[in-house]
Amino acid sequence: MTLREKIGWGAMSLLGACALAVVAFQRGEHVNALWIVAASVSVNLIAYRFYARYIARNVMQLDATRPTPAIRRADGLDYVATDRNVLFGHHFAAIAGAGPLVGPVLAAQMGYLPGTLWILAGVVLAGAVQDFMILFISMRRDGRSLGELIRMEMGAVAGTIALIGAFAIMVIILAVLALIVVRALAGSPWGLFTVAATIPLAFAMGIYTRWIRPGRIGEVSILGVIGLLLAIVYGGQVAESAFWGPVFTLTPVQLCILMVGYGAVASVLPVWLLLAPRDYLSTFLKIGAIVALAIGIAVVAPPLRMPALTKFIDGSGPVWSGGLFPFLFITIACGAVSGFHALIASGTTPKLIASEGDAPFIGYGAMLMESFVAIMALVGATILDPGIYFAMNSPAAVLGTDAASAAAAVTNMGFAITPEALAQAARDVGETTIISRTGGAPTLAVAMAEIFSNLIGGQAMEAFWYHFAILFEALFILTAVDAGTRAGRFMLQDLIGLVVPSFRNASAIGPGIVATALCVTAWGFFLYQGVTDPLGGVNTLWPLFGISNQMLAAVALILATVVLFRMKRQRYAWVTILPAAWLCLCTITAGLLKLFSSDPKVGFLAHASKFADAAARGEILAPAKTMAEMQRIIFNDRIDAALIALFLGVVVSILAFGIRSCRAALKVDRPTVTEVPPMLVPAE
Amino acid sequence: MTPRIRHLLARARETALMMVGQPSYAAYLQHMAEHHPGHAAMDPAAFFRDREQARYGGKGGGRCC
Repeated sequence: MTLREKIGWGAMSLLGACALAVVAFQRGEHVNALWIVAASVSVNLIAYRFYARYIARNVMQLDATRPTPAIRRADGLDYVATDRNVLFGHHFAAIAGAGPLVGPVLAAQMGYLPGTLWILAGVVLAGAVQDFMILFISMRRDGRSLGELIRMEMGAVAGTIALIGAFAIMVIILAVLALIVVRALAGSPWGLFTVAATIPLAFAMGIYTRWIRPGRIGEVSILGVIGLLLAIVYGGQVAESAFWGPVFTLTPVQLCILMVGYGAVASVLPVWLLLAPRDYLSTFLKIGAIVALAIGIAVVAPPLRMPALTKFIDGSGPVWSGGLFPFLFITIACGAVSGFHALIASGTTPKLIASEGDAPFIGYGAMLMESFVAIMALVGATILDPGIYFAMNSPAAVLGTDAASAAAAVTNMGFAITPEALAQAARDVGETTIISRTGGAPTLAVAMAEIFSNLIGGQAMEAFWYHFAILFEALFILTAVDAGTRAGRFMLQDLIGLVVPSFRNASAIGPGIVATALCVTAWGFFLYQGVTDPLGGVNTLWPLFGISNQMLAAVALILATVVLFRMKRQRYAWVTILPAAWLCLCTITAGLLKLFSSDPKVGFLAHASKFADAAARGEILAPAKTMAEMQRIIFNDRIDAALIALFLGVVVSILAFGIRSCRAALKVDRPTVTEVPPMLVPAE
Repeated sequence: MTPRIRHLLARARETALMMVGQPSYAAYLQHMAEHHPGHAAMDPAAFFRDREQARYGGKGGGRCC
């Protein structure tokens, strides 16, 4: 390092330390959001320059001259050596979804500090390490998928267990994503109209790219975005129309039925008709909105109105139940560490990487970028008046349903707000109510509307920006529901194929329909449970999602540890052991609490027995109104408990397999990994 | 437009296409010319449809939560 570099990085460290100190210790007056941004940027840059380089050089010993799959198996289609900046865009677009936008918003109930610290520490030591390691492992094995990698390095049983875990995660992710859309669109004719309008719009785009001007993605996307903007503008009139307004005003249960039907139909339509064109819109809108949000925060420089820490760090918060440890660390999954990325980092990216030297930038760097998105979401949630935040994110069971009861309940929590302020906030964004719009997306949309309207259009544009933000989130969630149902179907066909081999045939119609139906039924079940849950559903489903996602991350990091041991590089295995141990600790503790906590707000079984006891006495406990509802609550609790037990089983057994594989590797005095040899002649 | 700006725009376009799973058609043609001179290459529309199906229709058409 030259002297100039030393001075530069020294200054960067100083800036980071100062920013962190301000974020952590300033009390009393409002801290400016830019301090969090500055802390995040400097921590990320330092981690990238030093830690990622350390891992690349010392832990993995990357070799820029070693041919990557894109070189060895070049076919111009799947295996293409791609420019690193182009590939960064591809990888980032694949990993960044709704997760990093929602988790931090929910975590804000504890104040901005715990979330900020976990996002920064988590990404540097766990999330980015995981993505980078899995990319490395897959890149050295012809770009194979996570399931295959686990089978290769840890055995067939471990591979199957991981596959079952991955399918369960997919189901929960789809349910929770669909729930977020339902919560955002219920009783919102403007929002529902704009989102519904994307379906015919996508059909038109699909026909255009299929038949009229094949492959003209740029053109069709511009036309599509214009269509979207028109839909948002027109949506305002639809909502006010005496006829159409009520048509698009649906209850959560009606929306739930529509979502399930949509998922079933959309996932069997030809991809060019709906999925692909809408993915163009959602991808470009997502990137555009993220960039705009970054610019907006930098220019507006809003103060953080949420305190650094709220009293809810004791676990009594209304948004989700449970204490800081372990529940904060599963509430913020994506953005800090996300097991789902292991599927992406062993998907298309390793087949496109041109040189091993690009791996730190793609694997570690793109995850840092996603953590920055999470930081922006956290900023968004914490620049709002805390009264508004808690009125939007607390369940109806806590708030009641009108502005007066909600304002009283939130004021009672210690965040003073008047009914008029709540009504005004709803009017500002063109909605009739914002009370109990749980799920994070509407909160972020209010924050984005506040930031964007500060930049462009002022107060008059706030409702437009709110519905723009809702549309942008709903759009890529719907794309994920559609694509996820397809992916889940193939996972299920693979799994059932282990028992009934004929089921594996990917092009057969019968197994495809059966697997699709099973997949939709599975996530539809959890969605319906969430929608009818008086606590808003997010309360129940988000922890399930967090535990499952962190569990997959633990599995991926255990695989990475095994690979390091088998490479005979166990000296450096602390790099993956440290985050793997932390994630195992968090997921196992959280899982055990969710199962066995005696507090019915936290433990599923305690909740079930509370209701079962009451039912046995012939009593009906709120929120149930009939005995049948009581039975359904008990049944749901037990299903959730079974799912948690499944996740615990997966993580504990993979841990056992991991330890066994590491010990076996230690007994051998040479490397036992199954990498593709470096000098293998290109396949031609 | 200077060559530098033109280059940047081309890169931006390539990145945007890669984000939705469409690799470079020029690179595909080059690969076919270098390695499979005897085989007919797909035309742009066929290439686009092939890649569209590979991204969205195949297994693990992945994007994150």
